[in-house]
Amino acid sequence: MKAKGDILFCGVGGQGIVLASEVTSLALMEAGYDVKKSEVHGMAQRGGSVLSHLRYGKRVYSPLIAPGGADIAVSFELLESLRYIHYLHPASEVIVNTQRIAPPSVATGAERYPEHVIGQLKRRGLSVLPVDAFEAARAIGEIKAENVILVGVLSNLLPVDKKYFIDAIKKKVPARFLDVNLEAFRKGRTECFTQASSV
Amino acid sequence: MLLSGNEAIALGAYEAGVGVAAAYPGTPSTEILENLTRYKGVYAEWSPNEKVAVEVALGASFAGVRAMASMKHVGLNNAADPLFTSSYIGVRGGLLIVTTDDPGMYSSQNEQDSRNYAMAAKIPMLEPSDPGEAKEFAKLAFSLSERFDIPFLMRTTTRVSHVKGIVRTGKRAESKVKPGLEKDIVKLVMLPPFTNIRREDLERRSERLKKFAETFKHNRIEWGGKKVGFITSGVSYLYVKEAFPEASVLKLGMVHPLPEKLIKDFARKVDKLYVVEELDPFIELQVKAMGIKCKGKEVIPTQGELSQTIVKNAITGKKTAPAYKPPKMPGRPPVMCPGCAYRGVFYTLKGLDVFVAGDIGCYTLSALKPLSAIDSVVCMGAGISTGHGMDKALGERGRGKVVSVIGDSTFIHSGITGLINIVYNGGTSTVILLDNGVTAMTGRQPTPASGRTAMGELAPTFDFEALGRAIGLKHVYVVDPYDMKTTREVIEREVNREEPSLVIARRPCMLLPEVRGMREPAYFVLAEKCTGCRKCLGLGCPAITWVPSDKDKKKGRAEITEVLCTGCGLCVELCKVEAIVNDEG
Repeated sequence: MKAKGDILFCGVGGQGIVLASEVTSLALMEAGYDVKKSEVHGMAQRGGSVLSHLRYGKRVYSPLIAPGGADIAVSFELLESLRYIHYLHPASEVIVNTQRIAPPSVATGAERYPEHVIGQLKRRGLSVLPVDAFEAARAIGEIKAENVILVGVLSNLLPVDKKYFIDAIKKKVPARFLDVNLEAFRKGRTECFTQASSV
Repeated sequence: MLLSGNEAIALGAYEAGVGVAAAYPGTPSTEILENLTRYKGVYAEWSPNEKVAVEVALGASFAGVRAMASMKHVGLNNAADPLFTSSYIGVRGGLLIVTTDDPGMYSSQNEQDSRNYAMAAKIPMLEPSDPGEAKEFAKLAFSLSERFDIPFLMRTTTRVSHVKGIVRTGKRAESKVKPGLEKDIVKLVMLPPFTNIRREDLERRSERLKKFAETFKHNRIEWGGKKVGFITSGVSYLYVKEAFPEASVLKLGMVHPLPEKLIKDFARKVDKLYVVEELDPFIELQVKAMGIKCKGKEVIPTQGELSQTIVKNAITGKKTAPAYKPPKMPGRPPVMCPGCAYRGVFYTLKGLDVFVAGDIGCYTLSALKPLSAIDSVVCMGAGISTGHGMDKALGERGRGKVVSVIGDSTFIHSGITGLINIVYNGGTSTVILLDNGVTAMTGRQPTPASGRTAMGELAPTFDFEALGRAIGLKHVYVVDPYDMKTTREVIEREVNREEPSLVIARRPCMLLPEVRGMREPAYFVLAEKCTGCRKCLGLGCPAITWVPSDKDKKKGRAEITEVLCTGCGLCVELCKVEAIVNDEG
């Protein structure tokens, strides 16, 4: 585990990416790190591609991850993991939600959804953790909790005690969704991570 | 606390004892005012536009209360009129005007550099680098404003406003200025010869500010190696520190006026001097005018955002390429929401073969495929006036060929005067007012027509039909854009009319919580009935997907994603074989 790191979150507007990076930022901050996170608002909620940069360390200057600088990428959608691949380096770990969401040009039949995305990542020598977060979230009865499932998987790769994540979830998630999100975190951290690591 | 730059600005203003805040929503500035509505003792309002917001804040300052206006960079253009005279008048209660620039144009029509306004309007400007500084600078600005009798500008960029970082909280302070009304004709009435008196006074105040800049603690030198030195400000400072941690840096927290002695002193002590700034060579040109040799835009890009990588590569002249390159893949642009009522209007317009003079809002996205139904976009309100210009330029040749389209919030911001102009000057334009009851694009803020205020209080509503008639329009019609047949009939009839008309397409935004609860059951496609004609795909609805057939890839059928469908029924109207149904039949 390193004393600093760059985590890239990407996916599709509406998947709860900003909340996931927020929870992770809070956990890192409470664990004593300087933290900066950056994203672009405005267009995001309308189904566009979303990118969130999260950097932690003793002192973080730039809010942006440099191309080739991301130590971990968390892709909330399958093909989005390829869109931002220039941010990765050969030792990057990539958590990929295997859920597919058709971009507009695929939805209208003008283009095809890329095939063998996980294979494309592996062929480049990247270490990939595939997670069916949508299915895992459905299993606990709340499809919107897939973001916290992925945070649970991610928590295994960070130098932060799980209590900081749990506190962060308690702070950021509305009370009526808290129990299911804590369950999502647990499921992501244990079952989903074990399953992904064995693939 | 982990706060965004915008949340930090609101906190800083609160801690400075701000009493009145006004704004018009615009990315990346919106959350500043939204956050101020949550603090006790602060009156916060959405004004109809930025000019009004700055005037409201100026009035509060006249009354001896600390006040703030916030807006995006293009909003400052709208507010430029009061801005340029406010420096003459000065302040009583401290006044801060925040402008948020958008280098890279993530959600703006241009990437103008607002620092130029500081020099042009003779107003001092602070520029924070991160949320921590944003809070501190916002808090400081009010007392500085009172001390120098001048409004302060603060400029951020997307990577300050929408970055979250660690911020320390403090206590709420109070101004020494006593609230109340004070008549002072020389200071407050900008009529010659008082203007000349204040103009001369402004020079004296500017001189004092220049002296202050030399010792201002946020204009600071961080000494490192002396072979290379950097002058920088804002988020560019962070990129420089990351790219050249060993170099000497003169970090400017105040970018207008500049500390000439400090800059000259720094320049003398380093072998090679670079100025690193996003967008315009604002600092660089002034440094060069001081007779100092330096490099800036010879190597640093003038367009878009910088980053540590761009700065490093520009200075060293080396190019670093990341290990991987993204493969070619389908893009994922933002789209109009499923169930958006405006989709019906733009689908209709696309079928009419007209030139659509568009405006600023969610609906601008209908310029993209497959709707491709907006033909020009300039700035807030321009849809109406440019439509009128085309009408006058072409006369008979343009009849029935031009339509102006504008949203309700944008119409109140800058469209009303354009509509008055059409009626007054005998135009024949058709203006379609898209009325969904909110400023949707920036996150559904209430407008003067929504019936509630920024602080959640009830407000009178606004009668667009009565307004149209009051300014002399004879033809004002309201249509439900979910009823595409009538919408088409009315638009077609009005476009060909030789008189001006206002067509109000009214349906609340699908994202409003009260509307979400009233959704109709989702539709689905009967696979055996769908002929694969692709008609429904022309709506560009995110809920409708093309499923290619296994045997013949050119053939296929449409499918509706249940969780996305809002049951608006637009696709049902288009389907000629009645293949789209819901559980109600």
